[in-house]
Parts: sequence; structure tokens; C-alpha cells
Amino acid sequence: MDILQTLSKLVSDSGFAGFFASGGWKYLVMILIACVLLYLGIGKKFEPLLLVGIAFGALLTNIPGAGLYHMGMWDAYVNECAYDAANDAALIEVTDEGTRLLTVEEYLSTLPQGAKEPNIVEHLSFTDVAHFGGLLDILYIGVKAGIYPCLIFIGIGAMTDFGPLIARPSSLLLGAAAQLGVFLAMFGAMLLGFTGPEAGSIGIIGGADGPTAILTTSKLAPHLLGPIAIAAYSYMALIPMIQKPLMRLLTTEKERKVKMEQARTVSKVEKIVFPILVSVFVILLIPSTAPLIGCLMFGNLLRETGVTERLSDTAQNALMNIVTLFLGISVGATTVATRFLTFQTIAIVVLGVIAFMFSTIGGLLVGKLMYVLSGGKVNPLIGSAGVSAVPMAARVSQQVGQEADPSNFLLMHAMGPNVAGVIGSAIAAGFLIAVFG
Amino acid sequence: MNPVALTAKMGMADAGIAAVLGYAVVFVGLILLMAVVILMGKAMAGTRKQAEAPAPTAAAPAAPAAPTGTPAPGSAGEVKLFDVPDKEAAILMAIVADKMGKPLNELRFKSIKEVK
Repeated sequence: MDILQTLSKLVSDSGFAGFFASGGWKYLVMILIACVLLYLGIGKKFEPLLLVGIAFGALLTNIPGAGLYHMGMWDAYVNECAYDAANDAALIEVTDEGTRLLTVEEYLSTLPQGAKEPNIVEHLSFTDVAHFGGLLDILYIGVKAGIYPCLIFIGIGAMTDFGPLIARPSSLLLGAAAQLGVFLAMFGAMLLGFTGPEAGSIGIIGGADGPTAILTTSKLAPHLLGPIAIAAYSYMALIPMIQKPLMRLLTTEKERKVKMEQARTVSKVEKIVFPILVSVFVILLIPSTAPLIGCLMFGNLLRETGVTERLSDTAQNALMNIVTLFLGISVGATTVATRFLTFQTIAIVVLGVIAFMFSTIGGLLVGKLMYVLSGGKVNPLIGSAGVSAVPMAARVSQQVGQEADPSNFLLMHAMGPNVAGVIGSAIAAGFLIAVFG
Repeated sequence: MNPVALTAKMGMADAGIAAVLGYAVVFVGLILLMAVVILMGKAMAGTRKQAEAPAPTAAAPAAPAAPTGTPAPGSAGEVKLFDVPDKEAAILMAIVADKMGKPLNELRFKSIKEVK
């Protein structure tokens, strides 16, 4: 046994050697970014349930040699092209004009010196992913197949009370208005040179709904999933900081002091009929919303029937926790250094905050319109809750309303637009998937 | 807007049309849903009224007498409780009074209901 050769092989095979390879510094930067995200999640409590998972996934995927996630394999899967399992490379060439599939001969001619003996797989299936992939690749199948976001929507539905929305259906207008940022950011992204599907995925950050953003992006622009998920969840955690200044800027003291009348009592039958009615109506209207709206309303039906308490409890707790765990770590795994550290990520971060701001503005402006039309009976602050971050956005409306008048309780009034925002962002996502998918 | 070109980079006009169309679709969808929810509410209210209509004639003779007790000093009217026990209602009223920094007898609670 040649000891020196063995030691040399051990050193060259170690992850540390990967940091000194060409572009290896990017992995170090990504590990630092993952640590910052972990700090934000743990230390600052920014959406910790998801951000901690995303950050740890980012950490694991950027350790050279770990082999938990294979970006090349997913490129091959998305582009429906052949895959070199030995070198983790999709047989594609990315040019300014777009993506071009390579023949095996063309690919072999581009292989660098020292590359491993190729192992070409013609068409990848999820079975091949399980065979060639690492742990995070296998977990990522749940994202790619659109399973995790939908299961999370079952949990969200089971936790959501649509009573305030049923009592005041005009809340739906605020939920619609607060999707303004989605389409403005999409427009901005297109102007910056992103393709339609990419721009739609970036815009949906403005819907302030993590699972919707992940589902839309995994269908339209999976290569942007990492930065979009991180931006969406980070901004959701920053909602009080983003929304409060805009709310104070766009409303007068008199408007903020408006006390709203108590909404009517909603019967149990109405609450049971609502999810059935919404499922049928919205899915008929925009069929591509079926996964999100169907799961959201199924979860809500479990909650309201009164005869499926065990299922409702599982959806709200055990199922939600398990899926959140898998979703976070597998989405984090997509933040591979070579893809994440680009101009696109910076653009996504900037466009994401613009989307959030304009969604808030859209809700507030229609809230002001309703204030005028109702003769001063609607407090425009509830408009900002139309972004769907439940219940944080409604809580911000309550806080700003109480700053103006400590005896003003807007929380339940803001919950209507808040849950309307969930439906609104699902419809926006359905539109984007239908047009660009 | 040319559908074939949707996956390619889009010009300003096409991007603007896509954005306006998307926002309009969300608005129209939710306005229609609002109409459906309003109709559902009206239908439910109608059904409730029909169910309650024969009740007064049958129940009229058995109607309980109105409470005759005098309210506590400083109190005004009655608070309606929906699925909320007296004890919880008292705790809630005390918390609200404490948060507002006002004595309880200067506040008027109309109703308390549990949000389910």
C-alpha cells in the first residue's frame, strides 16, 4: 500500500479540496450566507420554522463533495434531456438565445481533462432520481411534483377561519387589490430581461404566500427556486417593517381612527358550504388553481365539518410540521453556489421587496376607496392585510389602528382581507401557471 | 401578445399587457366569488328565516319572563354572550379595560363571541 498516494487521494477527495478548485470560493460564500440565514431564523426569529430548514439545506448543498443534491440532474429533468450521472451534467448548452440540447457526441467533445468516465442516462424519471440522487434530491421530488406546497395548503386551510370573509364578502376586493405587487414586479422583471416564466415566479413573491411562491416557481422557473423562496420568506418576516411606514404614509389620522361595525355572525352551515362552493367556483373559473385552492378548501372543510377533528388536527400539526421540515431543507438545497451568486439573485431580492411594497399599496388604495364609498365606515388600514401573510399582515393592521386609537380593534376586520389574499394569490398563481406554464 | 413567445424575453408592450391582464383576471375572479358568497349568505338567511317563522306561534305561550333584577351599579345594559362562558367573558372584559387603561364601568360591551 502506497501511504503517500492514499493520503494524497484522501486530501484530493475531501470537501476542503473543493474550496481550492476553480470557483470553490463561491461555496465558502454560500456557507457564510447560510450561516447568516440561520442567524436570522434562530436569533431574529424570521419565519424560523421554514428559514432554519432552508438555511440548513443551503449549508448542506454547498459543502463540496457532499453529493446530497445534484443540480445537473434537475437541469436534465426540467429540460427533458440526457444526463451524465458520473459528472452531474445535463447535456445542454446555455447561450444568450436560450437552451440547446447537446447530442452525446457533442457533449463528450466538451468534457474537460480529468472528468470521470461518463454514465449517460437518456431520459430521467423520478425512479432515476432516487437511483442516482442524494438524500436532498429525493426529498426535492416532493417540491418538483408540487406535493409539499399543496400539503401545506391543506394545513393552512385547516388553520384558517373564513368567517370574517363570509361575513364581509367585500373583503375579497382588498384581497384582489393587494396582488398589485405581483404583476408590477412581474412587469419590472420582464423589463430587466427575465423571461415570462421567470418574471411570473419573481412577481408571485408579492403574493406574500410562501407555498404559492414555491409551487409557481417549481413549475415555471425551478432554477430560481432558492433565491425566490428565501426572498419570499424573508420578506414575510419583515412585513411589519415594510408595511407600517406605507400605512402611515398613505392614510390620514382620521382614517386610521375609524372603528368598524361588528360583522354579522356566520352560521356553521355557511362555513361548511363555503369551502365546497369556493372549490367548485374558482377551479371552474381558473382550472390551474386546482392544486392550491382544492387543498386549501379541503383543509378548511376538515376544520369546519365538526366530524373530522382528528384529520383537522393532523393537518394543522403533524402533517404541517413534517412537510415544513421536508420543504425547507429541500428548497434550501437548490441554492447551489454557482446558481445563487449571480446578478439574478440580487435582482430577485430587489424586485421582491418592490412586489411586497406595491401589494401593500394596492390594498391600502382600495381600502381608501372603500372608506370613501362607505361614507367612512371602512378603515383603510385593513386593506394592507390583503397580502396573504396570515395572520401577520392582519396583526400589523391591528397595531397601526391601535396606535391611532387604543380602543380600536381591527384584527377581526383585517382577517377578512387577509384570508381573501390567500385566495387572491392562489388565483394570481393559477393565472401565471396557465399563461407561462 | 404572441403566446409562442411567452417563454422568451418579452418587449415592454407585451409585458405591460400580461401584467394588466393578470391583475384584471384576479379582480374579476374575486368579484365573481364575492357575488357568489353574497348569494350564499342571502340564501342561508332566507332558509334560516323560513325555519324560524312558525316558531313564535308555537312558543309564544311558553316565552320566559324577562329578567327583573336591577343591574349592578355603574353597569349599562347587558352583554350578549355567544358560546362564551361567563367566567371567560369577565376575564376578557377585564383584559380590555386594563389594556385601554379605563375603569370597567366606563366601558360598554355589546357582545362577546368565540371565533371558530
